Amino acid sequence: MTEDREPLATLSTRALRVDYPIFGGTAAAVRGVSLSVGAHECLGVVGESGSGKTQLFMAVMGLLPSGAQVSGSALFQDGEILGLPPDQLNRIRGSKLAMVFQDPMTSLTPHLKIGMQLAEILVHHRGLSWRDAERAALSALDRVHIPDPRRRLKQYPHELSGGMRQRVMIGMSLLCEPALVIADEPTSALDVTVQARILELLRELRTQTGISIVLISHDLAVVASLADRIAVMYAGRVVESAPAAELLRGARHPYSALLMQCVPDFHRARTERMPFLAGQAPGAAEPERGCAFAPRCPRSTERCTHERPALVAVHSGAEVACHHPLT
Amino acid sequence: MARRRLLANPGARISLGIILALVALAVIGPWLNPNRVETLDWSFIAADPGIAHAHWFGTDRLGRDLYVRTLAGARVSMIVGLVASAVSLSLGLMYGAIAGYVGGRTDDVMMRLVEILGGLPLIFFVIFLTVVFGRNEYLLFVSIGAVGWLTLARIVRGQALSIRRQEYIEAAIASGAGTARIICRHVLPNVIGPVIVYATLTIPQIILLESFLSFLGLGIQEPRASLGTLIAEGAGEMEAAPWILLGPGVFLTLLLVCLNVFGDRLRDAFDAGTRR
Amino acid sequence: MSEPLLDVRGLGVDYRGVRALGEVSFQIYAGETLGLVGESGSGKSTLARAVLRLIRASRGQVFWRGMDLLRCDAATLRSQRRELQIVFQDPLTSLNPRMTVAGTLAEPLLIFERDLTAGDRHMRMGRMLERVGLAESMLGRYPHELSGGQCQRVAIARAMMLHPKLLICDEPVSSLDVSIQGQIVNLLSDLQSEFGTAMLFISHNLAVVRHISHRVAVIHDGNLIETASCEALFAAPVHPYTRALLEAVLVPISVPVPVCAAPDPTGRGRV
Repeated sequence: MTEDREPLATLSTRALRVDYPIFGGTAAAVRGVSLSVGAHECLGVVGESGSGKTQLFMAVMGLLPSGAQVSGSALFQDGEILGLPPDQLNRIRGSKLAMVFQDPMTSLTPHLKIGMQLAEILVHHRGLSWRDAERAALSALDRVHIPDPRRRLKQYPHELSGGMRQRVMIGMSLLCEPALVIADEPTSALDVTVQARILELLRELRTQTGISIVLISHDLAVVASLADRIAVMYAGRVVESAPAAELLRGARHPYSALLMQCVPDFHRARTERMPFLAGQAPGAAEPERGCAFAPRCPRSTERCTHERPALVAVHSGAEVACHHPLT
Repeated sequence: MARRRLLANPGARISLGIILALVALAVIGPWLNPNRVETLDWSFIAADPGIAHAHWFGTDRLGRDLYVRTLAGARVSMIVGLVASAVSLSLGLMYGAIAGYVGGRTDDVMMRLVEILGGLPLIFFVIFLTVVFGRNEYLLFVSIGAVGWLTLARIVRGQALSIRRQEYIEAAIASGAGTARIICRHVLPNVIGPVIVYATLTIPQIILLESFLSFLGLGIQEPRASLGTLIAEGAGEMEAAPWILLGPGVFLTLLLVCLNVFGDRLRDAFDAGTRR
Repeated sequence: MSEPLLDVRGLGVDYRGVRALGEVSFQIYAGETLGLVGESGSGKSTLARAVLRLIRASRGQVFWRGMDLLRCDAATLRSQRRELQIVFQDPLTSLNPRMTVAGTLAEPLLIFERDLTAGDRHMRMGRMLERVGLAESMLGRYPHELSGGQCQRVAIARAMMLHPKLLICDEPVSSLDVSIQGQIVNLLSDLQSEFGTAMLFISHNLAVVRHISHRVAVIHDGNLIETASCEALFAAPVHPYTRALLEAVLVPISVPVPVCAAPDPTGRGRV
């Protein structure tokens, strides 16, 4: 690796595909995604359930079940990470590349105390002694603003509230000073008020440490509050990506625009009907015929049902895959 | 889904095949041989197995053909095993489901009974019954019946306890369903998984138990045969006429091993299904 | 003003020495939607279950058509269940995984309208499925073959099978994608218009509550702290907690604005 330039991107994927063999063919969870996260950048990835957003990053982390077929490439800090042998992968995972999952109840080991789970990571990855590791765990809890951290270290996951567990998860991911943290629906299991505080925490940590973040969510409002750039995924592909400010001012893809409408606005007059997207996204097992969004799209035409739109750059930094973009 | 996965597994296929073959043999086999179960062939006492004299497995001390006897014994063992298993399983299932779902005092009382029966030393119990009631084949059913259902009752109760907390049970209550309906339509279908697996492992256990009790002389009585009595007989003659032990011994071993293997594969198939 | 359909007085639940629910009183009138807003742990799910006697209340009364549901005998309670239904938060766990959609929908009919023929039952189920936006062909499917939104529709269909007078919705859209939530909320509105069903709509999401409620009650730490008409509550909240709650909701984005952390009214730094 050349020393005289910073890596262009902390993480970049190229034509990443994830397929699962099923009776009678394959199910494509991710259909060729190329995106990148720069240093100190926050990339927001938005999409409904089944859009492939989680599968994509699980593939990067090497956390998919053994039946999954991953192809394409994923470069982490200029090194190919797909298909790395387990011992090399384990040196990267959990230390330089960390992931925070949706439901902290199931991602924290229920029968181990919090302090133990935190310290274990440091002992394993950094070779610290248990005593030093416990001290580091204490400061990690402090960093994520958990009140009374000494007492919490001795508690089990079920003794903490959902919001606090999520803070512990975030603290855990930061222990080894990662370059990139992937946060998969970190607030979906939480109340709206707690949600705001967790996102605030992530923002603060980013300012302090300069880590890159990938924030995955089905809720555009969550992503918009933190992201520098937003990528919108639908049915296993990226359909639009742009700087956050630009996307929020005016989305180009009809799907993105509809998602914008679903963001609640208390300043708008109260309407009887809640905005929504009709129908539902196609499943991974369904074969692609033209644009996957066409059946639900108010702007779709004959062409959309036959010809799949390619992801085309609008300018450097923004791209959209649509035959009839909005602007 | 689970069925397909199961049948794809070679171990499952082979063991199932052997089991079915053994069953077929036990049912049809005797027709292939001219001898009958009770016939005493004085000309061939304790004879070696051979084709010429139509005693394919040889004969015992009384001149009875062992091939036919073995298969007759197999039939008895299998029927007892099947019937006793069915009764044990049904009893264990209902008992466990009710105890687990109703909970509270009822559960406490019901499980105390299970624990007491579970603590019974079986052989002493059977001997005691034999002393009181004399040697009676029906005691066999009583003894097996007393213990065969206990483990399943515990397993099902554990399952029912966790199911009780599920939201669809609350939904059923909110819909106005009574306890009976909830247990039958909601609890039982959702505990079936481990039950089926346990059932296939119970059958060989019960067959073995019956064989054991009969071996001790506490079960099936002469002149009727079960694999256990035949093995007992054969054990006594092991030095002089080893073939008497061989037929029933091999049959029983093969049957039990295949049932166990099949049960294991069944559990694997179910586990993989639920993991999805 | 007519008599309330549901009149809850001083309802409280103690659980292992903790007050999960204090002493809560409210009324619901025929055909209206009362929104109940609160955070996790505020006691709102406990309230829903206590009203239906799915858990045991420690004090209070729940008057339904003049009788106290908490004190009547089991048989009377069961007979009233056809009028009081509930939809739960997680559609996947509120449906029996081993029962087809048909089995799930048939159950209320089998319990309360036993003299229906199989053909009649089938017709009723088919019609209700259509009303919630699902095809009749779904009858043979199992829950794991359906999406979250579809499962929730089935749960709603089950609850509405007998045209109940009151439907309690306990966070019915919180498990669903934001884009799908509107489908379900609008469906509930439609069903209310068609059948005149009153609703108790419980949620931590103020935006959703705002759309569907006529009146809103706010619950905090097991107590109702404010009840008002929907417009009044959102325009001019009285209680400081209500105000804090409103401020904490993510500011909608027309221009990216840094979101302020919610001021913590309890001062205990609890998340």
